[in-house]
Amino acid sequence: MSELKLMKGNEALAEAAIRAGVDAYFGYPITPQTEIIEYLMNERPEKRTGMVVLQAESEIAAVNMVYGAASTGKKALTSSSSPGISLKLEGISYLAGAELPAVIVNVVRGGPGLGTIQPSQADYFQSVKGGGHGDYKLYVLAPASVQEMADFVEDAFDIAFKYRAPVLILSDGLIGQMMEKVILKDQKSRLTNEELIEKYGDWAVTGKKGRERNIITSLDLQSEKMEARVHRLQKKYVQMEKEDLRFEKINCDDAEYLIVAYGSSARISQKAVELARAKGLKVGLLRPITLFPFPKKELFKLANQVNGILSVELNAGQMVEDVRLSVEHKVPVEHFGRTGGIIHTPEEILEALEQKIINNGSIRHHKTRESGIL
Amino acid sequence: MEALDIIKPENQVFCKSQLMTDTPLSYCPGCGHGTANNLIMEVIDEMGISEDTIGVAPVGCSVLAYDFMNIDMTQAAHGRAPAVATAIARTWPEKYVFTYQGDGDLAAIGTAETIHACNRGENMVIFFVNNGIYGMTGGQMAPTTLEGMKSSTSPYGREIETMGSPLKITELIANLPGVYSVSRHAIHTHKHARKAKIAIRQAFENTRLKKGLSFIEILSNCNSGWKMTPNDANIWMEENMFPYFPLGDIKVEGKLKV
Repeated sequence: MSELKLMKGNEALAEAAIRAGVDAYFGYPITPQTEIIEYLMNERPEKRTGMVVLQAESEIAAVNMVYGAASTGKKALTSSSSPGISLKLEGISYLAGAELPAVIVNVVRGGPGLGTIQPSQADYFQSVKGGGHGDYKLYVLAPASVQEMADFVEDAFDIAFKYRAPVLILSDGLIGQMMEKVILKDQKSRLTNEELIEKYGDWAVTGKKGRERNIITSLDLQSEKMEARVHRLQKKYVQMEKEDLRFEKINCDDAEYLIVAYGSSARISQKAVELARAKGLKVGLLRPITLFPFPKKELFKLANQVNGILSVELNAGQMVEDVRLSVEHKVPVEHFGRTGGIIHTPEEILEALEQKIINNGSIRHHKTRESGIL
Repeated sequence: MEALDIIKPENQVFCKSQLMTDTPLSYCPGCGHGTANNLIMEVIDEMGISEDTIGVAPVGCSVLAYDFMNIDMTQAAHGRAPAVATAIARTWPEKYVFTYQGDGDLAAIGTAETIHACNRGENMVIFFVNNGIYGMTGGQMAPTTLEGMKSSTSPYGREIETMGSPLKITELIANLPGVYSVSRHAIHTHKHARKAKIAIRQAFENTRLKKGLSFIEILSNCNSGWKMTPNDANIWMEENMFPYFPLGDIKVEGKLKV
C-alpha cells in the first residue's frame, strides 16, 4: 500500500530506496545528509528486503563499494554532501568509464572548502560539467520537494540501468532537511540473483556460470579502443537529451519575463512569480528537472517570447552560463543568487528581476540587437 | 629416449592452469606475477569454484590480471579493491571474492580501504604482492621499499629519517581482530610456490567456511624495477627482503603466531 507520511527529504529518500528494491547503500556521515544513513540503519532494511547497508570508512570507500556492487548488477546507492562528493569524484569517473549503473545523492552545502553546512547550489558545475576526470557526464536529477526526493530514487535507477551510467540526484540542504507530506510507493521486491543474472548476465560479473567471463573495467590501453569507449559514452548522452530530458513550465504561456531555477530556488521562485503576477507583471518559471540533459531547446524557444531571463540560484552564478549558451544572446540573461548558506526570499527575487531585467532597458536592448543596430 | 617418449601426461610436473587465458603475459620476463596469477587460478580450478569466483584487480602491474585470469573480474581504482570487494562479498555472500593488489596499491594509497576491510573481517581473500617498488610506473619508491634501496624516487637509497621505514602492513593487519588468517610466502622456487599454493587453497577454504578475511602476502621480485637480472633479483630478495619480511604464518585460525 502506498502511504502518506510527514518526513524530512533525506528520510523520504532513504525510505523510498528501501521500497524501490535497492540492493545496497554505502555511505559516510556528513551534514546535511546524515539522516539518510541514520534512517537506513534504524530501519534494518536487511530484515525488510535483504538490502545491505554499510557505513564505510570514507566517502571514497563508499563510492567504490557502490562500484563493486554495481559491477555485479546490483542496485547500489550512496549519498553525501559537497565535500564528500568531491572525494567521490574519482569513483564516479570510474563508474562512468566502466559503464556501471549507480545512483549518487548530493545534498549540497555551501563551499568551497569546508564551507558551511547550510543549503547551497554551488555544486552545479561539478555536477553537470563532469566533475571528475575524463570525458563523461552524469544524468542529473534536481528534486524540488520531499516528494521528489522520494520519487527520484526509482527514476534515477531506471535511467542508470537504461544507460548503464551513474546518475546523480542533486538536492540541497533545504530539500534534504525540510519536512513535507510525501506519498510513499508500495514496496517493490528486489531482483533475485537468478533474475539479475537473466537481466544483466551479458555484462555483470556474477561468476561465469554457463557463459564466457565478464570483465568490468574503464581501462583501454589501445587508443582506438579507448576512443570507441568515449564515443559510446557520448552517444548515451545524446540519447539522454532526446529521450529523458525533464523540465517543468509554470506560467510560461503568456510570460514576458522568465525565471530559470531548479531545486529549492525553483520553489522560492514560484512564490516570486505569484508576487509578480499580483503586481501585473507577466513572469513565468522554467524549472529544469534534469540539469543534464539541460532544457536548451525549450529555453531557445522561450527566448523568442520573453524580454529577459533571470537565472535564480543559490550560488555565485553557475547555471546562468548554460542559460546564456541556450538562448544564444537572443535576450539578456542575468543571474541572481545568494551564497554562504543564505536563502533568497521571494521578495528579493522579484526585486532582482525588476532591477536586473525589467527596469534595466532590457526590452530596448533586445530590440536594438534584433534590428542589428547595436 | 626421444622427446616424444617423455611428453606424456603422466610425466608432466608443471603446466599452465586451464584457468589462465592464452593471452601472452605482459609482465616482464622474470617477474613473479605470472607465477602468482597461475597459482591462484590453479587453486580455483582444483576447487571447482571458477564459476562462483569474482576477482578484483586494481591499479599497478596487477591491473592487467584480468587479461590472464579466465574468471569474472572487476578492475578497481588505485587502492580501492578492498572496498570494491567488500560490496561484492556483502551482496553475493555465496561467492568467492578476492583482491590481487601490489604494495603501492595496498600499503600506500589504499591503506584505509585495506585496514577497514580487514577490520570488518569481510569474507574474502586479499592477495598482496610485495616487490618493494612501483613496477608499473617504472620503479619508484614504495611503502615497502627497504632502507637504502635505490629507486627512481629514492635515487640515493631510502633514507629512514626523511622517507620513513618500510611498512610492515601485513603484521599490522594481523593484529586486527577481524582478520582470520595471515601468512607471507615467496614463489620464486618450486618449494616456495608449493607452500604458497597450500596457503592459497586454505584461504579459499576459509571463504567457503565463512571464516572471514584471509590475507596472503607474496614476496616477489621486480627485476626490471630493481634493475637486476631475474636470477640476481631473486638472490637479492632472499638476502634482503626475507630478513625484513620473514616468511611463514603470522596468524592462523584467528590466533597470532608468537
